[in-house]
Amino acid sequence: MRASFVLSEIGIGLRRNLTMTIAGVVTVAISLAIFGAGLLAQRQVSAMKDFWYDKVEVSMYLCGDGSKGANCNGSAVTDEQRSQLLQEVSANPLVAKVYYESQQQAFENFKKQFKGSPDLVQNVTPDALPESLRVKLKDPTKYEDLASAFRDSPGVEEIQDQKALLDPFFRVLRRLQLVAWVVAAIQILAAVLLIGNTIRVAAFSRRRETGIMRLVGASNLYIQLPFLLEGVLVGIVGAAFAAAGLAALKAVLVDRLLKPMLKFTAFVGWRDVIAIVPWLFIVGVALTGISSFFTLRRHLRV
Amino acid sequence: MIRLEHVSKTYPASARPALDDVTVDIEKGEFVFLVGSSGSGKSTFLRLLLKEETPTAGSVHVAGKDLARLSHWKVPALRRSIGCVFQDFRLLPNKNVFQNVAFALEVIGKPHHQISKVVPEVLDLVGLEGKSQRMPDELSGGEQQRVAVARAFVNRPMILIADEPTGNLDPSTSVGIMKLLDRINRTGTTVVMATHDAAIVDSMRRRVVELSMGKVVRDQTRGVYGYGA
Ligand SMILES: Nc1ncnc2c1ncn2[C@@H]1O[C@H](COP(=O)(O)OP(=O)(O)OP(=O)(O)O)[C@@H](O)[C@H]1O
Ligand SMILES: [Mg+2]
Repeated sequence: MRASFVLSEIGIGLRRNLTMTIAGVVTVAISLAIFGAGLLAQRQVSAMKDFWYDKVEVSMYLCGDGSKGANCNGSAVTDEQRSQLLQEVSANPLVAKVYYESQQQAFENFKKQFKGSPDLVQNVTPDALPESLRVKLKDPTKYEDLASAFRDSPGVEEIQDQKALLDPFFRVLRRLQLVAWVVAAIQILAAVLLIGNTIRVAAFSRRRETGIMRLVGASNLYIQLPFLLEGVLVGIVGAAFAAAGLAALKAVLVDRLLKPMLKFTAFVGWRDVIAIVPWLFIVGVALTGISSFFTLRRHLRV
Repeated sequence: MIRLEHVSKTYPASARPALDDVTVDIEKGEFVFLVGSSGSGKSTFLRLLLKEETPTAGSVHVAGKDLARLSHWKVPALRRSIGCVFQDFRLLPNKNVFQNVAFALEVIGKPHHQISKVVPEVLDLVGLEGKSQRMPDELSGGEQQRVAVARAFVNRPMILIADEPTGNLDPSTSVGIMKLLDRINRTGTTVVMATHDAAIVDSMRRRVVELSMGKVVRDQTRGVYGYGA
């Protein structure tokens, strides 16, 4: 195979149908950028999950005076029950860490949390806040297992999972992500069809050359390779633009706009962007390669 | 070299067979004219040799190979052993004479040094010395056909197929092309040529196979174009 021949053929082909080539590059770039944004969103979600799940705890509120819980019998938790619970919880294999928060500590935390609203703080006394065991799970999704193990233990009034507060938020994110996938899939389909058409037009406009090539016994590979590479080149250039777009998205939308605004959460880093870029190229090359291959099989028979 | 046994070919869209039980045997080094009225099946005959079409029935052997058994990826090798010339020259308008001939070698992966050696040789052989930098539209019809012959012959094929090579040329130019094909035949290349040109067939006095409605109606060793002549 003579590389110079193949390269000059590709050059001729791309120039001859420049508008189609540009259209192809643009569609591929857009579809891959959306695809990449979907991947980035996925990483954003997992970055947030890591960040938040690391902080969420299960609160095991213990009975106080006059508690109405079924395990309380109307009286506060006894010292015996408390130490028994503490022992059992820390021995549980699901649990990574557990600590005890007294009413006084709960009050301190409450004051810290609501220092913006002194009215509220003034109306609360340590007695009004329940003492609790704060449990950090090894796997934050295993809340239900822990809750069912201790729900009926004496001295436990209520078990609460902070993660449950985050779940609706993540559900929304998952839905957005799904939308991104669907849009990306439609875009990719459009890109595949457009590339197919570009290659078909290219093959048609060079039917004289390919006719002669067939006649003098050029192999299928030799005849089809320039077209195939043409398609793949469009895929590579499109992927490069998509990668640039994704980097811009990260630099402008995430770093400049969102990060200063939303200080309470983690964001995707450059490492996430870099991890996605190879996938853009892989998908770009695969989809243009496959679409060119099948177009050529249909329209450039020996 | 070429053997057709009871070959029939019916195109999918047509009722009448383009070739009907054709049996022809062509030896190495022969020069064969294929004659017959328009639509009698001459081009179909030639396309079968290149495996551009496959017969509906019967077998085709070229250079010892049964084309029905020739796998898809070996077809290019078959075509490299057969040179082709057509009525419409089929040159690439954006390449000059040298490049047109070189193209046939480039696309089968021949190295550069070999191309630059054999192309001028074959251009000399066909009488185009000094015109290698001309573009096709700067050549006469006869010269263009010489380029096409050069391209067909540059790879030294065992067989040369010509489908009405003189169809677009005036009689004296045609004689030049025929002399060229005759010269190529004398190098040992088997030549099969479809033609309507009675004068040429009559003057060459070579083997004539006549087709009519897809059937072989005549096969003469030193024939003429028509029965009467
Ligand atoms: N691709 C095709 N599809 C369907 N029918 C075809 C095809 N090619 C040729 N035919 C038919 O097959 C018959 C033989 O055609 P062919 O081209 O072999 O004749 P020919 O002898 O070369 O004619 P001419 O002298 O005009 O070139 C004709 O009836 C033609 O209509
Ligand atoms: Mg014909």
